[in-house]
Amino acid sequence: MGSEFLSLVQDPAYWDSLAKIVPKALNETIYMVVVSTFLAYVLGIPMGVFLVITSANHVLPNPWVERTLGTIINIFRSIPFIILLVALIPFTTMVVGTRIGTTAAIVPLVISAAPFVARLIESSLKEVSHGVIEAALSMGASPWQIISKVLLPETKSPIILGIAITTINIIAYTAMAGAVGGGGLGDLAIQYGYNRFRTDIMIITVLILVVIVQGIQWVGTTLARKLSHR
Amino acid sequence: MIHITNLSKVFKSRQGTITALKDINLHVSKGAVYGIIGLSGAGKSTLIRCLNMLERPTEGEIILDGQNMTTLSGKDLRRARQNIGMIFQHFNLLESRTVSGNIAFPLEIAEWSKEEIDERVKELLPLVGLEDKASAYPAQLSGGQKQRVGIARALATKPAVLLCDEATSALDPQTTVSILGLLKEINEKLDLTIVIITHEMKVIKEICTDVAVIDQSQIIEQGSVESVFIHPQSSIAKEFISSVLPNDLPAQLLRELALHPHAEIVKIHFLGSTASEPVITDLIKQCGVTVNILYGSIDYLRSTMFGTLTLELQGSPDSLADAYEYLHKRNLKVEVIRNGI
Ligand SMILES: Nc1ncnc2c1ncn2[C@@H]1O[C@H](COP(=O)(O)OP(=O)(O)OP(=O)(O)O)[C@@H](O)[C@H]1O
Ligand SMILES: [Mg+2]
Repeated sequence: MGSEFLSLVQDPAYWDSLAKIVPKALNETIYMVVVSTFLAYVLGIPMGVFLVITSANHVLPNPWVERTLGTIINIFRSIPFIILLVALIPFTTMVVGTRIGTTAAIVPLVISAAPFVARLIESSLKEVSHGVIEAALSMGASPWQIISKVLLPETKSPIILGIAITTINIIAYTAMAGAVGGGGLGDLAIQYGYNRFRTDIMIITVLILVVIVQGIQWVGTTLARKLSHR
Repeated sequence: MIHITNLSKVFKSRQGTITALKDINLHVSKGAVYGIIGLSGAGKSTLIRCLNMLERPTEGEIILDGQNMTTLSGKDLRRARQNIGMIFQHFNLLESRTVSGNIAFPLEIAEWSKEEIDERVKELLPLVGLEDKASAYPAQLSGGQKQRVGIARALATKPAVLLCDEATSALDPQTTVSILGLLKEINEKLDLTIVIITHEMKVIKEICTDVAVIDQSQIIEQGSVESVFIHPQSSIAKEFISSVLPNDLPAQLLRELALHPHAEIVKIHFLGSTASEPVITDLIKQCGVTVNILYGSIDYLRSTMFGTLTLELQGSPDSLADAYEYLHKRNLKVEVIRNGI
C-alpha cells in the first residue's frame, strides 16, 4: 500500500488527471456557496427583521404578520433538503430555465437556507436591548432608522458569525446538490471516491473542504471579534 | 413648559388591569428642575414615559412646549420627540458607536448635515467633560462617564425639556453627586427645563426646584422643594425627608434630657438667608434668655441653606415670651419640643 501510494504521487499523469477534475469542482463549490449564501441573506435579512419588529413590544408590533411569517419559515425549515431539492424542480426550471446544473442547484440551496438565515437574524437582532430601542424612539427615530441605525449595526458581530455558520451549512448541502447535477467538491467525492472506489480523491476533496470550513470559521470569528465593542 | 391635565394610564393585560396613573395634574414651569419621587411601583416611570408618548396615556392631556403631545402621531410625534431629551438609568448607549458616534446619533436621526453634526459634537464633548474620550467605546467607560455621554446625547438636538428616568440610580454616591452637579449646571447655563424621577430624596435635595410625591398612582403632594421640606403633609413625604435630614435627636441627648424634665426645648428651622443671621446672639442680647445649643444641622436644598437648631432656653416667663415673639417675627418655623414648666 505504502509503495503503491508513493509511486502514485510521483506519477505526473496522476496529477494531470487531478488537475482536470479538482479545480473545476472547487470552482463549482465556490460559485454555488457564494451565490447561495448571498441570495439567502438577501431574502433572509428582511424576513428576520420583520420577525423581530413585528413581535410584541417592538417598533411595529403585528401579531398576525409575526405568526404567519414564523409559520412559513418553520414549514420550510422542517422539510428535509433532499426532498426540497426534488420538490422544487418545477420551480427551479421556471426560475433558471433548467432543472440540472450548478446554477439550478442554487435555487433549492437558497430556498432552504433563507428561512434558517431569517431565524439567525432574528436571534441576533433580539440581542439589542429594549432600552436601546426605546432611547432611539425617544429621539424621534422612525422604524426604518431603528432598523438601519440601531438593530443591524448593533448586531454586526453575531450577524457575521451567522454568515460563517450559514456558509458552512451550505457547503455541506452542496454535496447533496450533486443529485441534480450541481457538481462541486462534495459531488466529486461521491462520484469518484464512493462510486468508483477512488479513495485518494475522496481524501483530497475532504481535505480541501476541511481547509475551507476552517478558513471560513476563522475569518468569521476574527471579524466578529474585531467588530464587537463589548 | 409642561402642563399635565387629568392624566390617567391603565394597563390592560390578560392578568387583569393595572392603574398605573390616576388623575395626575402637574405644571412644570420653564427652567424648573421638577423632581417626581415615589416608592417602587408608584408609577414614576409610566408618568415620565407618557411625557414623550413612549407610553400612550389612557386619558388626559399633556401640553409640552406649546404642543399637545397626546394628539400627535407618526412624523409629527417624531419631530416633537426631537425637542425632548431623555436619559436612562441604564444609559442605553449604542455599543457599536464611539462616544462621538453616540452623541451624533440623535442628530443623524434629525437629519442634520455631516458638518453640523461634527460641529455640535465638538461643542457637547467639553460640556460633559469627555473631550479625551471622544473615540472610546461605551464598554471602555465607567458608569458616570456613560451617563455623561447619555446627557450629551440627550442635549444634542437642543431640546426644550430633559427627562431623566432614575438617571443616577445605577451610580455610586460620589458619581451621583457629580452627575447631579452636571445636570444642575446645564439647567442654569442653558435654562433647560428638567424633569427627574427618582426614589432617592437626595436627588431632590441636591438639584430640584420643585417636587411632586407620587404614591399608588396618584400625586399626593407637590410644591416647591423648600415648602415640601419644611411643611411636609403626607407621611411618605415626611419619611423621604427624614431619609436625608435626620430629624430625630441623638439617643444620648434624649437620655440626658430625660434627667432635666423642666428644660424648655425648641427646634428652629432655618431657610435661606435667615440661616446666616445671628439669631442666637439676638435671643441672648435682646430677649435676655440663656441659650444652650443641644443639636444642630445645616444642609442645602439645591443652593438654599436649610437647617435646624435644637436649643434649650432658660429664662423668666417674660423673657421666654419675648424670645418666641422674636422668633415668630423672623418668620422662623419653631417647634416646641418640650414645654418646661
Ligand atoms: N407595560 C406594562 N404593562 C403592564 N403593567 C405595567 C407596565 N408598565 C408598568 N406597569 C405597572 O404599572 C405600575 C407602575 O409602574 P412604573 O414602572 O411606572 O413604576 P415606578 O414607579 O417607575 O417603579 P420603579 O421605582 O420600580 O421603577 C406597576 O404596578 C407596574 O407593574
Ligand atoms: Mg421606574
